[in-house]
Amino acid sequence: MNERRWWPIAVLAVLVAASAFPFYWAIVSSFTPEYRLFQTPSLIPTNFVLDHYRALFTQRNFWVPIRNSLIVAGSTTALCVALGAFCAYALARLEFPGRTLLLGAVLAVGMFPQISVVSPLYLVLRRLHLINTYPGLVLPYLTFAMPLTVWLLVGFFRQLPAELEEAAMVDGASRLRAFREVIIPLAVPGLATTAILTFVYSWNEFLFALSFTLGPERQTVPVAIALFRGQYQVPWGQILAAAIVATAPVTLLVLAFQRRIVQGLTAGAVKG
Amino acid sequence: MASVQLQGVTKTYPNGHVAAKGLDLEIRDGEFMVLVGPSGCGKSTALRMIAGLETPTAGRILIGDREVTTLPPQERDIAMVFQSYALYPHMSVRQNLGFGLRMRGVNDKTIGERVNEAARALGLEAVLDRKPAQLSGGQRQRVALGRAIVREPKVFLFDEPLSNLDAKLRVETRAELARLHRRLRATVVYVTHDQEEAMTLGSRVAVMRDGFLQQVAPPMELYRHPANRFVGGFVGSPAMNFLAAELQPDGSAMVNGARYPVPATKRNTSGRLTLGVRPHDISVVAPGAGDFDAWVDVVEPRGSELLVYLRLGSDRSGEELRVVTPPEPPIEAERTVGVVFDREKLHWFESEGER
Repeated sequence: MNERRWWPIAVLAVLVAASAFPFYWAIVSSFTPEYRLFQTPSLIPTNFVLDHYRALFTQRNFWVPIRNSLIVAGSTTALCVALGAFCAYALARLEFPGRTLLLGAVLAVGMFPQISVVSPLYLVLRRLHLINTYPGLVLPYLTFAMPLTVWLLVGFFRQLPAELEEAAMVDGASRLRAFREVIIPLAVPGLATTAILTFVYSWNEFLFALSFTLGPERQTVPVAIALFRGQYQVPWGQILAAAIVATAPVTLLVLAFQRRIVQGLTAGAVKG
Repeated sequence: MASVQLQGVTKTYPNGHVAAKGLDLEIRDGEFMVLVGPSGCGKSTALRMIAGLETPTAGRILIGDREVTTLPPQERDIAMVFQSYALYPHMSVRQNLGFGLRMRGVNDKTIGERVNEAARALGLEAVLDRKPAQLSGGQRQRVALGRAIVREPKVFLFDEPLSNLDAKLRVETRAELARLHRRLRATVVYVTHDQEEAMTLGSRVAVMRDGFLQQVAPPMELYRHPANRFVGGFVGSPAMNFLAAELQPDGSAMVNGARYPVPATKRNTSGRLTLGVRPHDISVVAPGAGDFDAWVDVVEPRGSELLVYLRLGSDRSGEELRVVTPPEPPIEAERTVGVVFDREKLHWFESEGER
């Protein structure tokens, strides 16, 4: 009995350690003075300094990329959920020719390697004078965020009993009204999950953000971090501090809604 | 209130399944019409077409004098009680009851009054501010009912509304529905697979099978004069017994060695008939004194009566015959008895194909 118990725990411990260690190391290093980073590293931090964080906001003006990221990821999420809810509802509930094909196409678009569309998108955006603008990032983000949103929401809507809408329509509601008054309130957990996932994807996106911005005034957090340069060396301390600052809000968001997300992602699998 | 008419209504699904075929049915103003039949017979599809949740592929539907065949549900002025109740989980009982009125733009004061009135009639006053999840099955059922009543619609549609209740509550609610219908004098279309529910509730009952209407009649007429073997077997409990019969040249029929008179209208050219006898129309007598003898297989006491399963044939391997007899004198299993059919209550059906 005991023999059986120790090894799954050991495997788990190794896995957790392996995935958590880089984060731990990043946090520790972000508080370690620059000169000590390249000396014999110790696992337990000895002298804590806030130098890197201070430098981030005084020298690097890190507020700008954070603002950019919030605007871009926020707008992408809002648009995706608002438009995606309608698309997903139509795909989940209405009978129309080519529905399955369309759903397949949505999924296929979501699978498209991003790198393959960078050049054509760049040409399109330049023609529209959208390079280095917020819409110039939000619109391309929709190309990968919308399929994700629609696909997730179709699942949520399908699992709501159709009788509820039928009851609403018999009660005198139009389809749109039934959608607004009955379906949307019931789909809130699904909408929240979808919104968070979309936000996280948009927040972390790098390739488009790098390709379609020209300077620091429109760069998002991942791009800004990647382009950190010192005069003589790579400022690892600041990069790690920036990474922590960029990760924290997303982590907190996910932790706060953890139960909801798990519920949302497994919904339909088990009848709750 | 209004009448409902189905004229040659047919529903074929895109996958080719024909759920209803050429339904002609008139439901009169204030009538309680029950659609009954085994699962898959098309009764629910018929109801959903009246509601506007499905569109017929052919035929017309009229509510009152108005043709509604292609109108969406919200323009038909009907109310429906669903099998699952379909209460809005995020709304309180009060909001659930008032939803239909709110959708129709009734003012808040009137909504409040009508909701309170319905809640009082259904004993829901104490739970008006609860959510459906906090209610018992019986309360949910009454909220679903209340949601329909509050609307004061032209026609009430019920889709197996009692099937989620336990047996005791079902019988109570059945009586409540009958009272409700008497009070509101409403036109009701009620779908069920339970023949007992159909018989007890319906002013008239429409029996369906495989998308076809088999017979439409008041309950007792359905029981006494079933139009075909299917209706005979479906209506009444325990179910009617069926025995093969050979028509004789003199116009009588031989069944299991006994001779029975056949009315002239039932005689056919093939010479083969099916005799239907209800378990209540068979008496048990001393061996040799009846039409023929049978072996007593199982005796089930039901309090006020006995349900006896007999076996025909000398080797006891023949057909089963269900008989209901008074508890006195008692009948013992594993012995031979005589059997008499009530000559006045025999049903003769064509042997092959019911229609």
